[in-house]
Amino acid sequence: MTSSNIIASTREVYDFHGGIHPEEMKSLSNQTPITKPAIPPKLVLPLQQHIGKPGKIIVEIGQKVLKGQMLAEADGFISAALHAPTSGLIESIGDHPIAHPSGQSDTCLTLIPDGEDRWCELEVCEDYLALAVNEIQRKVTEAGISGMGGAGFPTAVKLHPPKQAKVNTYILNAAECEPYITSDDRLLRERANDVIAGIQIVASILKPKECLIGIEDNKPEAILALREAVFGTDIEVCVLPTKYPSGGEKQLIKLLTDKEVPSGKIPADIGIVCQNVATVAAIYRAVRYGEPLISRITTLTGMNIHQRGNVEALLGTPIDWLISQYDYRPATKNQRLIMGGPMMGFTLMHSDVPVVKTTNCILAPGKKELPIAPPAQACIRCGLCADACPAELLPQQLYWFSRSQELEKAEHHNLFDCIECGACSFVCPSSIPLVQYYRHTKGEIRQHKADLLKSDQARERFEARQLRLDREKEEKDAKRKARAEAAAKAQATKKAAGESSAAPSGDSNDPVRMFEPKSSEVSQQEANTTPEIETVDLEALKLAWDKAQSKLDKMYDALEDAKANNPDNVAKLTRAVEKNQMRVNQAKLAWNKASETKAQPLKVETETTEQITKIESVDIEALELALGKAESKLMKLQSALDNAKPEQVEKLTRAVEKNKGRVESASLAVNQARTSTKTNNETEIELPDLPALELAFEKADSKLAKLQNALDNAQPDQVEKLTRAVDKNKVRVETAENAVLAARAMLAKTVTSTEAGDS
Amino acid sequence: MSVIVTAILALLGLAMAFGALLGFAAIRYKVEGNPIIDEIDSLLPQTQCGQCGHPGCRPYAEGIAAGEDINKCPPGGEATIHALADLLDVDAPELDAEHGEEKAKQVAVIREDECIGCTKCIQACPIDAIMGSAKHMHTVIESECTGCDLCVEPCPVDCIDMVTLDKGHAAWHWDPPKPGHIIATDKPSRIEGVSI
Amino acid sequence: MSEYLLILVSTILVNNFVLVQFLGLCPFMGVSNKLETAMGMSLATTFVLTLSSVCSYLAFTYLLQPFGLEYLQTITFILVIAVVVQFTEMVVRKTSPMLYRVLGIFLPLITTNCAVLGVALLNIKKQNDFVESILYGFGGAVGFSLVLVLFSAMRERIAMADVPNPFQGSAIGMVTAGLMSLAFMGFTGLVNI
Repeated sequence: MTSSNIIASTREVYDFHGGIHPEEMKSLSNQTPITKPAIPPKLVLPLQQHIGKPGKIIVEIGQKVLKGQMLAEADGFISAALHAPTSGLIESIGDHPIAHPSGQSDTCLTLIPDGEDRWCELEVCEDYLALAVNEIQRKVTEAGISGMGGAGFPTAVKLHPPKQAKVNTYILNAAECEPYITSDDRLLRERANDVIAGIQIVASILKPKECLIGIEDNKPEAILALREAVFGTDIEVCVLPTKYPSGGEKQLIKLLTDKEVPSGKIPADIGIVCQNVATVAAIYRAVRYGEPLISRITTLTGMNIHQRGNVEALLGTPIDWLISQYDYRPATKNQRLIMGGPMMGFTLMHSDVPVVKTTNCILAPGKKELPIAPPAQACIRCGLCADACPAELLPQQLYWFSRSQELEKAEHHNLFDCIECGACSFVCPSSIPLVQYYRHTKGEIRQHKADLLKSDQARERFEARQLRLDREKEEKDAKRKARAEAAAKAQATKKAAGESSAAPSGDSNDPVRMFEPKSSEVSQQEANTTPEIETVDLEALKLAWDKAQSKLDKMYDALEDAKANNPDNVAKLTRAVEKNQMRVNQAKLAWNKASETKAQPLKVETETTEQITKIESVDIEALELALGKAESKLMKLQSALDNAKPEQVEKLTRAVEKNKGRVESASLAVNQARTSTKTNNETEIELPDLPALELAFEKADSKLAKLQNALDNAQPDQVEKLTRAVDKNKVRVETAENAVLAARAMLAKTVTSTEAGDS
Repeated sequence: MSVIVTAILALLGLAMAFGALLGFAAIRYKVEGNPIIDEIDSLLPQTQCGQCGHPGCRPYAEGIAAGEDINKCPPGGEATIHALADLLDVDAPELDAEHGEEKAKQVAVIREDECIGCTKCIQACPIDAIMGSAKHMHTVIESECTGCDLCVEPCPVDCIDMVTLDKGHAAWHWDPPKPGHIIATDKPSRIEGVSI
Repeated sequence: MSEYLLILVSTILVNNFVLVQFLGLCPFMGVSNKLETAMGMSLATTFVLTLSSVCSYLAFTYLLQPFGLEYLQTITFILVIAVVVQFTEMVVRKTSPMLYRVLGIFLPLITTNCAVLGVALLNIKKQNDFVESILYGFGGAVGFSLVLVLFSAMRERIAMADVPNPFQGSAIGMVTAGLMSLAFMGFTGLVNI
């Protein structure tokens, strides 16, 4: 019936390295025409049936949909849409086992058909060859077509060739090299015209120099049908000798054009586009009739299926239902079900997984049909695997590297060029499952690279954080330095002015000094030479206070460091700390005094009122800030308290008492100020401040009490932290105290000045 | 006698000449620092968890360069120990159990209902993977979290959990083939789960 | 000219220092675990061998012989070799800290590599002139590098294979080296020197 003339190719066909000749087993399923099963009771549609991003769902649960209605739209460029294979109701959207070797689940839409099979409105186009390129691209995108040969790459992407890549050759893959699978065979026999029309549509976009259809010579009827269909066109039908894996993209390209796709590159990089014939047939249906991709031809084969053949299954058909329609009779209970062919297919973990766009075959082998491989033996280094590899790799080396987990070497030996065809495992005399090793190692390498990327990111973040912390510390130090310098300047100018108010300063220092366990001579001297109250700008005094404060902070830091690293210096530093504390207190009090006494000379007041009010507003904010800081530090103090050592409890008790004393004196001052303020008219501006500051003060007080309590229950550990916290707390309370005093003073002064101004 | 003197002088002369050469070379080829630390650091997992006893991965790298054991990193696990052993050409010991055990990859998750916004966990995180500020909700940036679990302790309300992530079939990869050699072999397989 | 070629062929293949004359086995076994380190080691040894061969010759001819101090040749050559190795160590440390770290103790051990001293002494015994000394040293080094690289490549493959427990590690390495040695001895008779 078929003459060798028809079968022989008119065009030279080359060869690729390696390859095997397994039993074809095609006659099991290619004897009968394609049938259409009934509509299944349920359709499960996974969102991801293609390479790239899954689609975005655009319907809701409970929605009624028509046949061909879009259920999910493409999300981005490398994505594909999903359509309803029949009319019905969307029952649910959730996880369902999908056809994946892992047996895991993924998001699926479950559609319950209503049996009416009503189409939605379709965009029919008779003169499809006259359509603009972007129109065709749009139709293909909206039809949700992706590669149906097994990979599932979104077709729309292949129809958008980059401008710089000229397409020389357009190859159609009709090889179907894998044993058992006959879906493309029957498609070509029955619908060759659809295929050719589809080729013409795609060619109008790609404008290739030549169109070639590669088909193996074990399909004589299909070749005949193709030759009839291409008559009058310039599409060439090239017949290839049957060899597995001629249908691999790179192998087919080598066979037809003698060109090799470089490692890591795609065929488009050498000007070739390759597509499966089922995909182009679907393109034709989409462009001409507006039909989206809702069904595909699947081979049902294997000795356990007694009505073997090809079926046009709706996407989403559960496989167990489908094969039961075709007399599936497993010989024993737990027989395997394989999706795909015997070489590149995978065993299904669940039998109710749905048919998807890439399901070209469902294989239900009988007991003796595809026997389980015998246990692997030692590699005898025969090299038959390297002879068989179509990608010209070194499977034996890859095997050794995989076994000893030498990932770098495996990658260097082009492990990622392996197409996992299984030819090497097929020929191995020791039955070593080579492809399993390669798959595992590929996964390991990818995982390893991802981990490396993540750890590099973590390292960057860590270093950025260190920089940030260092920068913050520097800024703090710079601020403190500036304040300290300003305060020193102010002190110096005060000393130069030489007004004496040693007596009142001395008095105010006394309650402070009572709580100091050590008072050095220097402190005494400082008490004697306390800066006099003068008519100098209040700001200078404030600066002096700030400077002293910053010095004190520095001293505290030094103390902490010493406690951590150098216990010998602790005593010295503690003394120095206290010295500084004294200075700070004096500076503050001096300032307070100055601001208070400043209230009296009226002439000065009127001049400096404006300045003062400005400072006031600034100060109050600063003071509030300081209070906030005090609060936070108190919290830290509390946490540190939990870990104090008993030996240092005494010290801490002392510190606590000191603090307490501070708080008391501060509250005293507050009360004084309060009472003095009450005698004056309170301006609205100051009102909110007073209660706020007082509140803060009370908080500080209460926290100190808690501190005391906690001290009683001190446990060993981290005394330094605690002491540090206590000291800080001290400082903060002082700050709070002074804040209130300042506000009081300002308030009093301003009030008196306004009074004075009024009068 | 003069022969001995000649001999001594000859050798002395030779030694001095060579000494000069070496002195020149010592200055010309002076090496600053220790670049091996960078290479060791690039193999460590950068979780900055402190389980090795050092405050971060770089200090541990410096310790290894100074001669410390390489088996102190639980997040790195077997793989890191082998990589370090290959780099430094030493034997690969077992992971030191004293420093922790190798666990599956975990991330921290904050139970937002219970978070009080105290920022303690933010300060504890060595790589700033927690977003938030004082009195505002805190949350862990999942993609950045390395699972070092330094944030769990400082939390005063104990609202942080360590959760093993399940990334679904995107992150799945094939298991190694089942063992099946019928010929006895003494070589242990380096693939996890495969005895041969 | 053909003399020089003969010297090269002889030292590289026929009278290979490692596999036929059994000198320099220490670095041969110790550094051949990985191919990269073996290549680094062979480069270092080549440099040291050639240079020390030349320097030894010069020291002998212009220092020892004129003063009749030939009996000091051993100690002089050791001195020369030690200096050259030290110099090489400094250069390697500067240019490739990785290699330096990996070679570890074997770099200064080139000083005690009997192949290096052997070359120096054999030069004198064979009464080679200046050019012949250079070639002798260089050829010896190339021969050493050749077998070191071959051996380490083989050891890497053996490390992945199913070696029985008692043989794992150096033991199978020794067996392999012995077989390699047998193979190289097949070159005997290639040249007559």
